[in-house]
Amino acid sequence: MELKTKIHAEDNRQELVITRKFDLPVELLFKAYEDAGLFAKWMGTNVVKLEAKKHGGYRFETTSPEGHVVFSANGTFHEFEPNKRIVRTFEMENTPFEVQLEFLEFEKLTNDTSQLTMHIVYRSVAMRNQMLQLPFAQGLSMAHNRLQEIAEKLK
Amino acid sequence: MNLRRDVFQAIADPTRRSILMLVATQAMTAGTIASNFDTARPTVSKHLQILTECQLLRPEQNGREIYYHLNPEKMKEIAEFIEPFRKMWDERFNRLEDVMKNYQSKNEQ
Repeated sequence: MELKTKIHAEDNRQELVITRKFDLPVELLFKAYEDAGLFAKWMGTNVVKLEAKKHGGYRFETTSPEGHVVFSANGTFHEFEPNKRIVRTFEMENTPFEVQLEFLEFEKLTNDTSQLTMHIVYRSVAMRNQMLQLPFAQGLSMAHNRLQEIAEKLK
Repeated sequence: MNLRRDVFQAIADPTRRSILMLVATQAMTAGTIASNFDTARPTVSKHLQILTECQLLRPEQNGREIYYHLNPEKMKEIAEFIEPFRKMWDERFNRLEDVMKNYQSKNEQ
């Protein structure tokens, strides 16, 4: 089976490309990025600000059940062309990661299907690789924590 | 977990990557590996030590010699390190699809 979401990351490049085919008309796919309520739903975060227009800003915050902010990010739209294209910056707050530049292309495939191409440019090759490894590292540390928990119980 | 981070540091070095490629074809002694490089023997030994510590290489005693074998399981782990990143995006986009399909059917009613 062909993977729906693909990552293209060449060695020694400070960029990567994510592509995804959707069983959605391109208008609905775009709406998921335009509407704060819908965006919040699929990203699983609180949308503090979403000015869906050229030179508009956005910001979101994820809180823990206790109400602590565990993740926040912000950026600025440089282009916002409905059903076609979004160019934006993205920056995670309170992390060593620096701002990145994202080019999102929305494409109609058929009346009911569409494709999103996300081209992300990082400040350096090292930063891109670190970003790529983040979920891997988190997965490993989670596995490690589970092992530790089991080890603790055996003591 | 420092151990795993070291795996990436291990493969970040071009000489160590060459060693892995060399040993991938057949198990070799430190001497044979070193003879493939212009680098000083102690430097090669240091590289072998790092690769062994993070389990990319497995040393096996064969008579008086130690042969270095590639650990394919560990290599596979590295080849797939990008997979969790892909999965994260895949799950995110699956949610997007679900949310929007819901939205679509609600608006059609």
